[in-house]
Amino acid sequence: MIDPTMIAAINADPALRRWGRLMDADVLLEVGDRSWRWVVRDGMIAAVTEGPFIMPSWTMALRAEPQAWAVFMRPDPTPGFHDLMALIRRGVLRAEGDLRPFMQHLFWFKGVFDTLRAQGA
Amino acid sequence: MIEDIVGRYMRVDIDGVPHRIYYEEAGEGIPLLCLHTAGSDTRQYRGLLSDAEVTCRFRCISFDLPWHGKSSPPSGWWRQDYQLTTASYVAAIRAVTRALKLDRPAVLGCSIGGRIVLDLAARHSSEFRAVIGLQSSAHVVPYYDVGWTHRPDVHGGEVCAAIVSGLMAPQSPEDERWETLWHYMQGGPGVFRGDLHFYKAEGDLRGELHLIDTEKCHVWLLTGDYDYSCTPEATLETAAAIPGASAVIMERLGHFPMSENYELFRSHILPVLADVALVFV
Repeated sequence: MIDPTMIAAINADPALRRWGRLMDADVLLEVGDRSWRWVVRDGMIAAVTEGPFIMPSWTMALRAEPQAWAVFMRPDPTPGFHDLMALIRRGVLRAEGDLRPFMQHLFWFKGVFDTLRAQGA
Repeated sequence: MIEDIVGRYMRVDIDGVPHRIYYEEAGEGIPLLCLHTAGSDTRQYRGLLSDAEVTCRFRCISFDLPWHGKSSPPSGWWRQDYQLTTASYVAAIRAVTRALKLDRPAVLGCSIGGRIVLDLAARHSSEFRAVIGLQSSAHVVPYYDVGWTHRPDVHGGEVCAAIVSGLMAPQSPEDERWETLWHYMQGGPGVFRGDLHFYKAEGDLRGELHLIDTEKCHVWLLTGDYDYSCTPEATLETAAAIPGASAVIMERLGHFPMSENYELFRSHILPVLADVALVFV
């Protein structure tokens, strides 16, 4: 879902550097039975590891229903599936854990998934 | 190029409390009072106020609610927590209407403005001739913790803008979307949260809709289909509860139709304004 080229594009984007400034978090992304752990340091993705994990530790988790996530990641998502908060409103995405980094850097999270969508992740 | 919009201040008492209110206007003719969304200000209507096809027939006026934009909060604001209510919102609208000596104006409101116009139609039809609600519904179910919008450890301007950013259609022009967000980034601390008290808690107007008589106060509702706060379903449900109300779902628009993509919005609002003009004949 996310390869080194995509990580490099995210880390090189000046707008994402700005929205992610000072962010330190370990983010668990779960889509159905697949999962990834992002290590974010000072607003840059330092590492991405794909699960399954045994006893993962994380700051916050985003857990999505696969079908809804697939629509969200399409180039032209349908209304109501086009934004992280839209998915939360629909109950198909759950944000869990310490949500402070998520809300402090909400533009970063939205921008990262826009970048991944544009790159066909 | 100098634009036609003129901004001024008025000194006016709202519920007996002195206020200094900023307003902008352009055009001549039928009075059209424009109400901005929660946590924002008059700038959202600059597309409308700059549209010669509108201002040739309408005197368009937009004002910043107290605590918003260039309207000051009342003296003593530093000792209180701001909370908008149905009563305080209506009091501000009536005070501005009286101060400007508007004769039964039409009112165009978006989001919280789209909500309060329902109360104007239900309870104040002798003072307002017609209402247009953008992203209008009688009620919204909370779907996030609004406490995040006002915390010392989260930048209020950035989080308020980031929360509402997805409410716009992805196809809307990038510069207009970010201009809309800039207004949110400039809101005062706790003001967006205070507005949401009305929008998501106190201002549930479902019980008032039966009071609306569209013969006395005409009602149009327009909602963008990308809005997941006030959804098209919520608007259609509200319209269905108001006999005689018109509802239009606007494709490829979101929660801020007048500021996120004015060109597309005007294709929807111009026919409605033509109908509003007939009410004033």
